[in-house]
Amino acid sequence: MTHDYFKNRMIDYLAGQLTCKAVTEAITDYLEGNLGLMDRIRFQMHLGLCRGCRRYLRQVRLTLCTVGTLPKDPIPPAVRDELLQRFRTWKARSQT
Amino acid sequence: MEDVALLQALRKGDETAFAQLIDHYQASLQRLAMTFVSSHAVAEEVVQDTWIGVLEGIDRFEERSSLKTWIFRILTNQAKTRGMRERRNAPLSPLGYSTEEEPETPAVDPSRFHTAGYWVDHWKSLPRYWDDETPERLFLSKEGLAQIEKAISALPQTQRQVITLRDMEGLTAVEVCNILSIAETNQRVLLHRARSHVRRALEQYLDEGDAQS
Repeated sequence: MTHDYFKNRMIDYLAGQLTCKAVTEAITDYLEGNLGLMDRIRFQMHLGLCRGCRRYLRQVRLTLCTVGTLPKDPIPPAVRDELLQRFRTWKARSQT
Repeated sequence: MEDVALLQALRKGDETAFAQLIDHYQASLQRLAMTFVSSHAVAEEVVQDTWIGVLEGIDRFEERSSLKTWIFRILTNQAKTRGMRERRNAPLSPLGYSTEEEPETPAVDPSRFHTAGYWVDHWKSLPRYWDDETPERLFLSKEGLAQIEKAISALPQTQRQVITLRDMEGLTAVEVCNILSIAETNQRVLLHRARSHVRRALEQYLDEGDAQS
């Protein structure tokens, strides 16, 4: 019983140290691996106890995934041809 | 082809090696150039100048960075020169470089948190759960795609450059600092703001869509 009491107090303490707002501001440092050991533990403790911040982290991850898979514009054939033409000019010049 | 093999072939004047480079990087370069200059046409010229720079410099490239980083750096330099010329010619150009730094904005709208009491600064209205298909669903509609593009192009210039290089191109923080000539701490702040802005825009779009359906 005392063990649980202290454990719960500990969890409250560690999680309470970080507000949700602070989590949203530290999230990039967390994802970048820039948090020190103690901060990372506090961050993860908070996540474990806070559904809102778990969702927030998920949203950020999915945002990155979305940005990372944005389709690129295809290369216009005329642009490609022009560049290859430039290459030939360069080659001819550099070999003389 | 690997970077090393590609370089060797290119130095020997192998056209297929150059074609391969174009196919690999042209779209990325165009996208990056667009973050520096105001029009598609000027961006296209910057990219062309970049390729010339690559060819002219290929013998001097010392392979201290990856080929990609090196090419991107050439583009950045070309684009900066070009951007300065554009600004000089622009009517009523402001004195000096406009750093366009935005005032510090929080990652999340403060009204989403409790403002007083025991739960101060904890969620008042929880973020919604996004399922795994969220990105695909955004891409499915033209409007969703346009919204993402809009969110990114609305970012201040340097934020847009950082998110483009980090999250679209998948470069590391060190490479990005090298390409843009910015400090590590600055890169971190810019990345954080850019990502937060885009998440916010996507959230807004997704919530509006759900409210309508």
